Amino acid sequence: MGDKIRLVLEDGTVYEGYPFGARKDIVAEVVFNTAMTGYQESITDPSYHRQILTQTYPIIGNYGINKESFEGSKIWASGMIVHSLCNVPSHYRSTKTLDEFLKEHNVPGIHGIDTRALAIKIRNKGTMIGKIVQDSKADIKKIIEELKSFDYANTDLVKDYAEIEYKNKKEIIHGKGNKLKLVMIDCGVKLSIVREMVKRNIEVTRVHPATSAEKILAMKPDGVHISNGPGNPEMISYALKTAKELIGKVPMHAICLGHGIIASACGGKNFKLKFGHRGGNHAVKNLKTGKVFVTSQNHSFCVDADSLKGTGLKVTEIDCNDQTVEAIEYESLPIFSTQYHPEARPGPYDKLDKFDRLVKMMEEGNK
Amino acid sequence: MKDIKKVLLIGSGPIIIGQAAEFDYSGSQALKALKEEGVKTVLINSNPATIQTDSDMADSVYIEPLTLDFVEKVIEKEKPDGILSSLGGQTALNIVSELGEKGILEKHNVTVLGTPVSAIHACEDRDAFKQLLIKIGEPVLDSKAVNTVEDAKAYASEIGYPVVVRPAYTLGGSGGGIAHTTSELGKIAKKGITLSRISQVLIEKCVSGWKEVEYEVMRDSEDNCITICNMENFDPMGIHTGESIVVAPSQTLSDDDYQMLRTASIKIIRALGVEGGCNIQYGLDPKSKKYTIIEVNPRVSRSSALASKATGYPIALITTKIAIGKTLAEIPNPITQDTSASFEPALDYIVVKIPRWPFEKFRFASCELGTEMRSTGEVMSIGRTFEEALIKAICSLDVKRKGFETTGEKNPKRLKRLLRTPTHKRLFYIADAFRNGFTLEEIHEITQIDRWFLEKIQNILNSKQEKQNVCFKMVDTCAAEFEAKTPYYYSTEGTETETTPTDKKKVLILGAGPIRIGQGIEFDYCTVHAVWALREEGVETIILNNNPETVSTDYDTADKLYFEPVDFEHVMNVIREEKPTGVITQFGGQTAVNLSLPLKKAGVNIIGTSPENMDLSEDRDKFTKILNKLKIPQAENGIAHNLEDAKKITEKLGYPVLVRPSYVLGGRAMEIIHEEGQLESYIREAVSVSENQPILIDKFLQNAIEVDVDCVCDGKEVLIGGIMEHIEEAGIHSGDSSCVVPPQTLSSQVIEKIKEYTRKLAIEMGVIGLMNMQYAVKDDVVYVLESNPRSSRTVPFISKATNIPIAKLTAKTLIGKTLKELGYTEEMPKHVSVKSVVFPFNKIPGSDSRLGPEMKSTGESMGIADNFAEAFYKAQLGAGIQLPDSGRVFFAVRDQDKDQISDIARSFKELGFAIAAVGRTSKILRVDGVKNRKILKCSQGYPNIVDMINNEGIQLVINTPTRGEVASKDGYKIRRACISKKVPCITTLAGAKVALEAIKRNRENTFGIKSLKEYYAE
Repeated sequence: MGDKIRLVLEDGTVYEGYPFGARKDIVAEVVFNTAMTGYQESITDPSYHRQILTQTYPIIGNYGINKESFEGSKIWASGMIVHSLCNVPSHYRSTKTLDEFLKEHNVPGIHGIDTRALAIKIRNKGTMIGKIVQDSKADIKKIIEELKSFDYANTDLVKDYAEIEYKNKKEIIHGKGNKLKLVMIDCGVKLSIVREMVKRNIEVTRVHPATSAEKILAMKPDGVHISNGPGNPEMISYALKTAKELIGKVPMHAICLGHGIIASACGGKNFKLKFGHRGGNHAVKNLKTGKVFVTSQNHSFCVDADSLKGTGLKVTEIDCNDQTVEAIEYESLPIFSTQYHPEARPGPYDKLDKFDRLVKMMEEGNK
Repeated sequence: MKDIKKVLLIGSGPIIIGQAAEFDYSGSQALKALKEEGVKTVLINSNPATIQTDSDMADSVYIEPLTLDFVEKVIEKEKPDGILSSLGGQTALNIVSELGEKGILEKHNVTVLGTPVSAIHACEDRDAFKQLLIKIGEPVLDSKAVNTVEDAKAYASEIGYPVVVRPAYTLGGSGGGIAHTTSELGKIAKKGITLSRISQVLIEKCVSGWKEVEYEVMRDSEDNCITICNMENFDPMGIHTGESIVVAPSQTLSDDDYQMLRTASIKIIRALGVEGGCNIQYGLDPKSKKYTIIEVNPRVSRSSALASKATGYPIALITTKIAIGKTLAEIPNPITQDTSASFEPALDYIVVKIPRWPFEKFRFASCELGTEMRSTGEVMSIGRTFEEALIKAICSLDVKRKGFETTGEKNPKRLKRLLRTPTHKRLFYIADAFRNGFTLEEIHEITQIDRWFLEKIQNILNSKQEKQNVCFKMVDTCAAEFEAKTPYYYSTEGTETETTPTDKKKVLILGAGPIRIGQGIEFDYCTVHAVWALREEGVETIILNNNPETVSTDYDTADKLYFEPVDFEHVMNVIREEKPTGVITQFGGQTAVNLSLPLKKAGVNIIGTSPENMDLSEDRDKFTKILNKLKIPQAENGIAHNLEDAKKITEKLGYPVLVRPSYVLGGRAMEIIHEEGQLESYIREAVSVSENQPILIDKFLQNAIEVDVDCVCDGKEVLIGGIMEHIEEAGIHSGDSSCVVPPQTLSSQVIEKIKEYTRKLAIEMGVIGLMNMQYAVKDDVVYVLESNPRSSRTVPFISKATNIPIAKLTAKTLIGKTLKELGYTEEMPKHVSVKSVVFPFNKIPGSDSRLGPEMKSTGESMGIADNFAEAFYKAQLGAGIQLPDSGRVFFAVRDQDKDQISDIARSFKELGFAIAAVGRTSKILRVDGVKNRKILKCSQGYPNIVDMINNEGIQLVINTPTRGEVASKDGYKIRRACISKKVPCITTLAGAKVALEAIKRNRENTFGIKSLKEYYAE
């Protein structure tokens, strides 16, 4: 197995493990995801930007990396923590190992970690900042100081995303020529969202998250989508402003970070959960029908239900476990959004029908 | 919620291959769930060795045969509003189907709760199922339902061989198989059509080599659906999932593979309208997204029991709540207690299941695995890597393996063949193939087992055995996302342990591991009772076991559950962690008992009979000394270390003799020897069975009556739980014999003598806890055959027969209570209880159905009534043997029975039966004026008695065998034919008399039913 490296948490906890992927240090928020499959989709999801992803499932890498399961253009997670790394994958679509994939994208990983113990720690203490440290002689005290100065919650992380994705371009069009026109305020969209839209005859124009409402409206879209992305929705001031200006002018839809932005734009508030919801097994209940379904979730922040009073927004779906808000809609306007990921990937396909509703809403227009 | 006030639950009857302890687990959970919801419960089940048939598990418990007649009697009497069909296996499903078809449910206004009968039909009728799948756009293989062999052949030639034959409405793939040629198809299809309730088989294109994946799905009446978990078979398609090594969750499926099949599962459960749990099996092409649906079980199953234990999610409990109208969102998750039942468990460990096969019991049986089930039980293990879990599962099998020790096979040609033909040992041949230079790719080519699994086995072989730190982790359904309240643990390599040992007085109870012949569900019953008793006394209970099918491994049976191999190393790990006050081994069968001495030597406090005293009865010299001291007779005997010894001893004793290796389980390798040649061949085999162990030789007491006794001793006093008189010829293993409580032919002097001997021996042998005694009574002399100072397989039967909870009493004496304090008395019950057994011969091709001192039955049924005849009739019926109402009775009796036989035969004649007999018996009858047809013995040509049985010319066999008229070989051929034709075969005069009486009473239709509580109140 070779030399050992370390994972250091801000509370001083140190785990020893073995390196994989790139041999470099990284500081980021340490989170855990309980999904048993879908590591490739997760680490390429831009929402994991500035986060080190712990997979609670203990054997990771079994089916390798394939060409199809990309949710972003690269690995967006800052690092990866696994218990047992599989270096001999078995799947007909696999083209490389997880280790090779991380090396290729210059992302460090650490394996041989008791990920269950780590998850329990995070569950009890809340999400923490951590560092993957390659140098076995590095001074832990200094590292802990360094970790304390890292601020995840109060940083605009979408900016980083936009700088990379929109470096040389203003927009990215998918499904050109499709019937319905949608403009996507791209805060770090998962590509499966775009795929679900294109599948339903929507032309998706992804634009820089700081694109103004005026410009968007000038494109005469049938609908506007505010996408998922990394970090705190209330830190994305430009997108918040745009959202405020768009409300009432065009049918709107949002997922995850975008959902938080819509809530906030209407006057609601978001708060940070102790350790977030990340997994493919969260049951959500529709308050109108009483029905439950299983969703894919990945969020640190959450809309405060009480803050929605008087905003025109109402809660339509809640999480069955902690009763937090999972979906909202505007009472009198064609606006709806979910905190969870209806596009799944990774996770269950129970709520793909949300995209059918989007189509219907766009077809009906801004009534 | 529906307005349901009283529910009838149908159990699954005796343990058979394909239907084991999992339905005791699911039924017990169902009763618990109904109680929680305030619904009155009625249970019918013929299997006494179950927790669910304890008189207080339901408001009314009926131990009655699972036939339409008896179920209708219960319905008439109890008038339930609802009936639950989905928790009693295929047996219950079939009964409810028939009750529905015959209009019985409608007549009595009983609603089928949960999954509707229409869904059952849609799954079981192969053609209807295929049409449904096509309708909802799910992929199906080319297949066709046929009713004749000709149609089967015609269709197979159309789609090409190989083809899979799947019979409709059978259990565990019974009667199915893969046919590669027309002649193979002819054989398999014929058998399948015969076994199917509707004479239908499906001929299906074979996709052997595809991955086999299963999903456990739940749906409620509001159409909410969730999947509990998925499982991937180590063995590819072509081997029944019950015969496969299985892992949970799937390991080689990507997220889109996983979700694709999950989505299909939900679509299917919705289309079927299942309400509750359901199991769906898929074949998945390893090279594309192509998949196919193999089978749907619209009920809880063996797989769902495994999934429940693998995830912590109690599928049977939730299924029951759904059946009475609750929705998933309303039901709390019992493991976390904070979250709702409507979420999907997330695992942060891997589970491995390995089946346990009975092939060591059937020397000449084929060990080849296929689409029919042959395993009797299974083990489950939990680890954080596949390697870890696999090794733990192997240790759990209790087959003297700690991993991949070589089988000794080195020959590449033979290895190749052994890899190609799947058997119970293939896993170990894979390791030997690696050792002998096979590449991973070669092994994959031959076995079609996924490279991922093979690579892990290679890892195990390459890794150095280092001493690892062991810690314990929790099974919590949610991968640590929420705090769990139920302490369910497994060991793994690591340092951060999650257990929180208390300072309370606590006891570790070792379970019995996988269900196998000779060590069945009875031991789980005892384990659970012991836990309950100790909990009543305020002692903290910790269970260690590895059988996922059982009640003992339910998350709330004990205060703590450790899912671990029952072997020295793993038990010691738990002892080091928990530091229990003491350890109880006497409930866990031979597996746990065998650990007593090693544990004691390691400084562990074994509670109850000391390990040395447990061994006492196995040490023939010491045991004989005790018997001599107490002046208790024993058959003459000797100990032989080699053939010469054996010959000398036998010469002295005279044939026949009973021989066995010392230390045996379920009479393993025990045999009755009639002549020297047989002795020679036995010794060659027996010595190879257990090396360095002498064999014991007893004079075999011919024509004796055998008696079983279970008792509890607190060191000072002895409580006799009951005396069981065998109604089977002597020499048949007590586990394979029918018996009756209270004894019917023993004089009160003999009974007193049996009690006296039992008391003296228990005290003298220092028994604290349970002891089972076996006696033979001949000419009013009581001989001791065997003494086992531990729980026995008759404990649950005797407890139900006498209403003395001896396992519970035992547990309490173990922690220091005296029998006096506990206050039970030995009263002979007024009612009569009979135990009958079921055999697996029709499930194991080539198996020798000869009965003898080696146990071969898998399960038992109980008949309980006011008189012997009715109890006997019910017990037989419960075991699937219907005493005839008309037809021909065959007689072959030994000389000493000839005085009585004519009267019996005459009575049969008066009832309208025709009489047939062999040689001397025929003559005796004729002389006494009973006309009969003389039939040839097997050795006398054709058609003989066996041909007659096979051609359905005989409806009842009364054969009291002796060496002489019907030689033992004939006896066993007759028995074999009887078993395969389900013809009752009676081997004692007492049995013949009671059968006659039972047939009379059945004519008069006097059979009543009473609940256990009603019997006990008398």
